[in-house]
Amino acid sequence: MKGKKSFAILAGACLMIGLLSACSSSGNEAKPAEGNTADPGGKTEVIKIASQSPLSGGSAIQGESIKLGGQMALEERQAEFKELGFDLQFVPYDDQGDSKKGVANSELIGADQAVLAVLGHLNSGVSIPSSVVYEKYGIPMVSPASTATDFTDRKLKAANRIVARDDFQGPAGAEYAVKTVGAKNIFVIQDKTAYGQGLADAFRSAAEELGATIAGYEGITVGEKDFNGVLNQVLSKKPDFIFFGGMYAEAGLIVKQAREKGITVPIMGGDALDSSGMVDIAGDKLTEVAYSSVSTDVTKSNKEWADQYQEKFGKSVENYSAYAYDSMNVILNAVKKAIEDNGGKLPTREQVRDAVRATTDFEGIATKVSFDDKGDNEFAKVFIYKFESPTYPGTMVSEIEQPKE
Amino acid sequence: MDMILQTLPQVLVDGLTLGAVYAVVAIGYTMVYGILEFINFAHGEIFMTGAFVGTAALLTMNSAGWLNGLPAGLAYFLILATAMLATGMLGIGIERVAYRPLRRAPKLISLISAIGVSFLLQDIVRFIADIRTGNFIVTGISLYGDNLKLGVSSLWSGFDDAFLKTNTIIVVAVAVVLMMGLDFFVNRTKWGTAMRAVAQDRETASLMSINVNKVIALTFFIGSALGGGTGVLFAQQYGTIDPYIGFILGMKAFTAAVLGGIGNIRGAMFGGLFIGVLEMFSSANLSVMTGGALGGEYKDVVAFLILIAVLIFKPEGLFGKAVKEKV
Amino acid sequence: MNHLKLWLGRSQPAQALLLTLFVLFTAASVYFSDKSVVAFLLLLGSLLLLYLTTFRTSIKWGIGAVLLVVVIPFATSGGPAHQSYMEVATQCGIYIAMALGLNIVVGFAGLLDLGFVAFFAVGAYTYAIFATPQANEFISGQLFPLPGGAFWIFIVLGGFMAALFGLLLGLPVLRVKGDYLAIVTLGFGEIIRIIFNNLDRPVNITNGAMGLSSIQPPSLFGFSFTFPNQFYFIVILILAIVIFSVKRLEHSRLGRAWKAIRENEIAAQSMGIPLIRTKLTAFAIGASFSGMMGVVFAAKQTFIDPTSFTLLESITILVMVLLGGMGSVPGVILGAALVTILNLQVLTELTNWINQLTLQGIIHIPNSISPSKMQRLIFGAILVLVAIFRPNGLITAKNKKVDAERLKTLSTGRSLSVTSPAKQHSGGVGQ
Repeated sequence: MKGKKSFAILAGACLMIGLLSACSSSGNEAKPAEGNTADPGGKTEVIKIASQSPLSGGSAIQGESIKLGGQMALEERQAEFKELGFDLQFVPYDDQGDSKKGVANSELIGADQAVLAVLGHLNSGVSIPSSVVYEKYGIPMVSPASTATDFTDRKLKAANRIVARDDFQGPAGAEYAVKTVGAKNIFVIQDKTAYGQGLADAFRSAAEELGATIAGYEGITVGEKDFNGVLNQVLSKKPDFIFFGGMYAEAGLIVKQAREKGITVPIMGGDALDSSGMVDIAGDKLTEVAYSSVSTDVTKSNKEWADQYQEKFGKSVENYSAYAYDSMNVILNAVKKAIEDNGGKLPTREQVRDAVRATTDFEGIATKVSFDDKGDNEFAKVFIYKFESPTYPGTMVSEIEQPKE
Repeated sequence: MDMILQTLPQVLVDGLTLGAVYAVVAIGYTMVYGILEFINFAHGEIFMTGAFVGTAALLTMNSAGWLNGLPAGLAYFLILATAMLATGMLGIGIERVAYRPLRRAPKLISLISAIGVSFLLQDIVRFIADIRTGNFIVTGISLYGDNLKLGVSSLWSGFDDAFLKTNTIIVVAVAVVLMMGLDFFVNRTKWGTAMRAVAQDRETASLMSINVNKVIALTFFIGSALGGGTGVLFAQQYGTIDPYIGFILGMKAFTAAVLGGIGNIRGAMFGGLFIGVLEMFSSANLSVMTGGALGGEYKDVVAFLILIAVLIFKPEGLFGKAVKEKV
Repeated sequence: MNHLKLWLGRSQPAQALLLTLFVLFTAASVYFSDKSVVAFLLLLGSLLLLYLTTFRTSIKWGIGAVLLVVVIPFATSGGPAHQSYMEVATQCGIYIAMALGLNIVVGFAGLLDLGFVAFFAVGAYTYAIFATPQANEFISGQLFPLPGGAFWIFIVLGGFMAALFGLLLGLPVLRVKGDYLAIVTLGFGEIIRIIFNNLDRPVNITNGAMGLSSIQPPSLFGFSFTFPNQFYFIVILILAIVIFSVKRLEHSRLGRAWKAIRENEIAAQSMGIPLIRTKLTAFAIGASFSGMMGVVFAAKQTFIDPTSFTLLESITILVMVLLGGMGSVPGVILGAALVTILNLQVLTELTNWINQLTLQGIIHIPNSISPSKMQRLIFGAILVLVAIFRPNGLITAKNKKVDAERLKTLSTGRSLSVTSPAKQHSGGVGQ
């Protein structure tokens, strides 16, 4: 009896909700209708550009800067697209630095026909699986940050990046370590993530080629706070240089704890150390620390832009802000070109994808961009910075051009 | 072998520091288990909350400008007291809301409730930290950050000198004081006797006019306050904290409690120190001993394997008494 | 009103009419709207409605199959959001199978396993290693990657490998009980993840933290499965097998033995139930479901790395089982579907909506409290609330009742027509 009654109640409730949903779904129908079909007033079609970056989790600072950089570029050019008859919209997604979430979001993005391109991701571990989804739907992606070699080495049509690859960044770091600093006995630590390990491996093999010996190669666990164990091993091996592949949260603590242990040798890391978080965490222990970065310091080269950014968002420029800004402009240029080639009509995703890949000699605020056939930027550079004092950003030591093949 | 010996003093210093943290957290597990026979899964998160409360108090004092006029020792004491009081109350609250209604329910259900509490705490702390500072990885101010050198190389030339911070000594000292205080409380005071009585037999204890609910609340207060206080020590020692530090640390502290014999406070102390030293030793020396085949990243595997081995072969722990199952 | 309810409860034609109307209505709104999460959820809700009808079980299964195989794929194909709906449905299917697997261990046998995702990882890696060039690292002869046709064998193989791991873990682990078992399985789950994360040296087997990318998609007679709407049918097929076997197992001799152990281990043992063997089969069978779906997951994602198999995943599956009702098959299906949809669609859509409003400057909500980050908070709240207020979950598990009268008639050799079995099945729905 009880069961029958509950069926009845549920059925009643379902009917009610069903009626409601009819209202809400018709409401949903109405929304895209405004954009997609030419309404009598003005001819505006919606073009959405999505961004995917971690807005939560350990890399939230960097992920947020990607979102904001992209948003800034997009908002500046909304008027320009209005004239062409398109309403430009920005849809930021949070991939949480998690590959599953990234892929699920990508499917959502793929389902939204108005999305023509994606700005992102930050983490290579998310970029790689998501790019497969974008490839399926023909949506181009431009990453301002993913450096893993595998990202473009699979030769997808959709995957592009404007930053340097790990097999360029790693060797550049090794060159600095061995040639500039004169390191002979190097201890390599990595954080056992796709990013950290990729970079550390690239550094290790390049350093070995340059004649340095690798005193030790150790992994740590992301999220831990006590790295004394690994550092004790460093103590016993007595290296003259330490390289760390990993994020700033762990790097800051490693630097701090190493200095507390009396390890005074230079410590170096990759582009993930390019964050104000290093200063927060390591504090006055931040000495003799260098990092390679794939981004230039915009606060110096383009102060005006950095001030605008600061004013607009109330946040200081992070390393990927300018790169996200440039990536977004690369995307928007391609969209515009595709519109023009299509006779002023809404282009297909494939047209935009090919237009993105065809980008040549784009002059951005942080970098010049020309994509090669894999989607790597021919003008990507690596910069070596050093923290002279515990202030962010460090001072630039050298600027390394990509070797021509 | 030389290498292992060389760093041994430093490994011991670091291991004992970490071990002291594990030991005090392990006591929290052991106390609750001793009385309710229930794993308070959220204890690691209480430790984490303590770390955040302490850091927040310190940062507030700093921004209000009080820190300059205050001796560092007093500031340290103040944040320790604040955090212990806050987490103690939190412990009572959690017990009241999430565990007491389930005291008669199957153990599985209360364990699940505890997992739920632990998730809730993680996210709530993250929200607050995220809103207040824009980032949930929070770095506090070090009150005692001076470096000390332990000249052990003069004892034997095979040793290297060991380095430590002033705070390391404070961590160990406070941990020892807390543990000794607890030991005294449980074994020598009236309330402590009541606690042991409830642990032995709840119903008989209640017949002896012991207010069981009060004793349980007190147990949660003390256990949580100890956990929260350790959180402050941890935050001072390592500088940087995030909302997820409690979970894995809690697991290891639990391992320590099991190793020492769950329900046994002195056993938990020993277990904590042992696990701390072992972890430090394996992370420093695993790759040296295996020729690079296995690295320090396996240190957690070592800790978990010990837990599993103890549970399988000596479930009563090293110092516990074997209990016959009541049928 | 009450009369209406009673009448609806008794009259099957009325139920049929209502169900048809509901399905037609929601299917049409999904089909004709561009993207409406509400309509899609209601369409899925028709399955719940179907469950609550008083039809015969076989008819319910038939209608359910039609809904899943024909109506839902067709209705969603109307708009551009087709693939995104299908992605959600596919993920639901994967999690339902895993939750059903865990339900055998936790719900039937009463063994709290907090490392269940390890078996999922084993399945996923089993396929991923051989469907990428990775296997060439330790097997000579450049035989790999295997072609996509091997996927179908690997579904079985993945399930088998996971079952094997279940046995290997179970043997030592099952000597401990209760809370300790939970902790030990948690430890094992973490150990397996750490090992997968580090097994790139000395011999590179899992490619460590770099993960395995470009996993071969499954193929059948030259047709290759890449889109979610294609995976959907693979998942439905496996799910059908899983649900069928769970249903069969539940009331089998083995299933009753599990429940006996759950209720009272010592009593069960004294009734002659072999404890270790029965528990081990629970572990192995539960693990094998998870392993099979691991293979599908790897093929669908085309990339796996150890970060997909964290403790949070294990807890997520546990939340599904608990929310739905431990030991209750329809409950667990409901729980898994609810949690997956909440995670993938509701929270994401809500976040996007808030983002849009924030971008347009209507409201200002900081990023830190966007709903998509509240996963842990929501799970935590669900766990506590369900534990306190509804420890039996949304749909309480019910044991098959044995009719004493009928047994008597059986034993005295009279006819069996006293009660029909179908009635017993639908007797206590949703109490």
